[in-house]
Amino acid sequence: MFLNSAPKPLVELPVGHTARVAAVTGPGRAVRLRLRVLGLRPGARLKLLGRGPGGPVLVEIDGCRLALGQGVARRILVVPETEESETQ
Amino acid sequence: MRVALVGQPNSGKSTLFNALVGLRAVASNFPGTTVEILRGRAALAGKPVEIVDLPGIYSLAAQDPAERVARDFLLSEKPDLIINVIDASALPRSFTLTLELMELGIPMVVVLNMADEAEHKGIHIDKDKLEQTLGVPVVFTVASRGIGLRDLIAALAQARVPSPPRYSEFLEELLGKLGAAAQEKPHLRAFPARYAALTLLAEGGTWPEEVREELASRDPAELLADERFAVAGRIFREVAQVTRARVGIRERLDDVLMHPLLGYLFLVLALFLLFFLTFRVGSALEGLLMPSLESLATRWAEVLGESLAGRVLAGALDGLLAGIGIALPYLVPFFVLLALLEDVGYLPRVGFLLDGLMHRLGLHGKSVIPLLLGYGCSVPAVLATRILEDERDRFVSSVLAVLIPCAARTVVIFGLAGRFLGPGVALALYAGNLLVVAAGATLLARVFPAAGPGLILEIPPYRLPTLRTTLGKTWLRLRGFVKVAWPLLVLSSLVLALFQTLGWERVLNLLARPITWPLGLPPEAGVPLLFGILRKELALLLLGQALGTEDFAAALTPTQMLVFTVFTLFYIPCVATLAVLGREVGWRRTGLVLLATTGLALLLGAFARLLAWAAL
Repeated sequence: MFLNSAPKPLVELPVGHTARVAAVTGPGRAVRLRLRVLGLRPGARLKLLGRGPGGPVLVEIDGCRLALGQGVARRILVVPETEESETQ
Repeated sequence: MRVALVGQPNSGKSTLFNALVGLRAVASNFPGTTVEILRGRAALAGKPVEIVDLPGIYSLAAQDPAERVARDFLLSEKPDLIINVIDASALPRSFTLTLELMELGIPMVVVLNMADEAEHKGIHIDKDKLEQTLGVPVVFTVASRGIGLRDLIAALAQARVPSPPRYSEFLEELLGKLGAAAQEKPHLRAFPARYAALTLLAEGGTWPEEVREELASRDPAELLADERFAVAGRIFREVAQVTRARVGIRERLDDVLMHPLLGYLFLVLALFLLFFLTFRVGSALEGLLMPSLESLATRWAEVLGESLAGRVLAGALDGLLAGIGIALPYLVPFFVLLALLEDVGYLPRVGFLLDGLMHRLGLHGKSVIPLLLGYGCSVPAVLATRILEDERDRFVSSVLAVLIPCAARTVVIFGLAGRFLGPGVALALYAGNLLVVAAGATLLARVFPAAGPGLILEIPPYRLPTLRTTLGKTWLRLRGFVKVAWPLLVLSSLVLALFQTLGWERVLNLLARPITWPLGLPPEAGVPLLFGILRKELALLLLGQALGTEDFAAALTPTQMLVFTVFTLFYIPCVATLAVLGREVGWRRTGLVLLATTGLALLLGAFARLLAWAAL
């Protein structure tokens, strides 16, 4: 299902696009776990709702909205979904 | 019987707590409002019950100090019953905590709160099916409007110990292999065998060899989180029907309020309105009250006469009147407006908007929440730093929150600078204060380099505040003033009057001269500033008594009024703040804060004097 595109950092996802979480990378087990319990687990579907001044992103996951700082968003790798899968 | 309210942040535990035991807890619309354990008593279905409101936790694997407080309570004090409060609109995620709680072997009731919000989002839950699946009673509530409370009370009698959830074969096998090892750990012996095995798995370290091999490089805590999400998702699909969410104005609001440009404009506007409205309403009320209160005070003084007892008593009454005439007019509108901002859910949005800016200051967006709460009172602001994950961020945010003018200082800013120098000066003081806070953050970032992970913050839906919750919270905070500050004010006035009559205040004023003299303040300002350490508004209220008039313009020059306000704004935090600061960041650091704020206040006071001299 992830064949059509390679994972890229969440910060690079365009606003309004959906993607699936591939991995949360980087040091700091506490951060990885916090993101995990908030639903950012491999395979989870998220949508980038907006970008704030200076880098934070606003994402929607499982019907909840999360604000993530730029440093955090850079560590989340996502696989963008193609336009077709969005309309399904 | 002891009942604990347990749930993920912002699921409405405090609102439910207030509905059950009466108005006791501050409830707001942002994750992390409650950072302490609150206990209340109620008679439910004729039986006396102790109800405990805990800070919200996403998982029992606690990460910030607020979460740790809740987890430690659950595991060490073992409540007799758990009310698991779930934000029904935040499913399936909220179920993951439910699954963890089901391992504890404690009778449970599940509350699906904000049921109206869930329907709005198109989530329809089959209550009977969920009861069957979880094996515990399930109740729908809308705690903010008191809906479903009677069902909840009735359900408490039906509470049952749920059977633990079943995970994947892989995990179940691991748990089986860990069972014996877990029972050997002294700190796990008190728990059900399965929970002990789960904890040992999550803690890591001393697993049997075969478990170590099977896990290989997988992080057991991540594995557990994923397994719980899998089960939570399955339960959700079984019991919920999801239809199209209604998209209304609330969903569109963030397009403007969190917009990179419009969001900033609105933020400035909102803060301006907060202070401007407080000042307009406050000065109108003060103008209405002051004349009649002053004539009352004059008449009292005449009646009580010139004897020692008479003058001391008149002083106490002056204190009482100053509390009504100067403090309350500004406090009431300010607390109402602040409560509105909190209850709508605006604070986390500000955290998002200012995240970039805060990063430049060595913090991140979440610190905005304690800082904004600082405008209300420094004590809860310092406590609110517990929602920050990083120890360094907590310390820096605590220090900065103390510099933010609290409601008591707002009384001084508006009652002195605003009233006699003009609202423009008051607003300039707020703006200048923010610059000082930013400079302080920059300085602290040099001494304590930032290493925090960055912003991770849930943004809750906007909620229309109800009259009951907003006024209730305003009253809770005002009560703090009426119950603590008022008696203190009366007592301080009484003491000051006694000192004045005996001539002792001159000694204290002399002691404070090293501060009042360089600032160009009259010696009489010394005692009020000393009392101001007890509570900041005392500085202004007692200044009136020390000078013998509430018409400060008649006794002080504009420069002196400005300098007095600036000094009061920054010098030593009040004793309540010092106490909580000592507890949260340590006494040595609190001592440093005390010295630094006094130095800062002297410096800025002198700067204000220079500025006024240059301007005139």
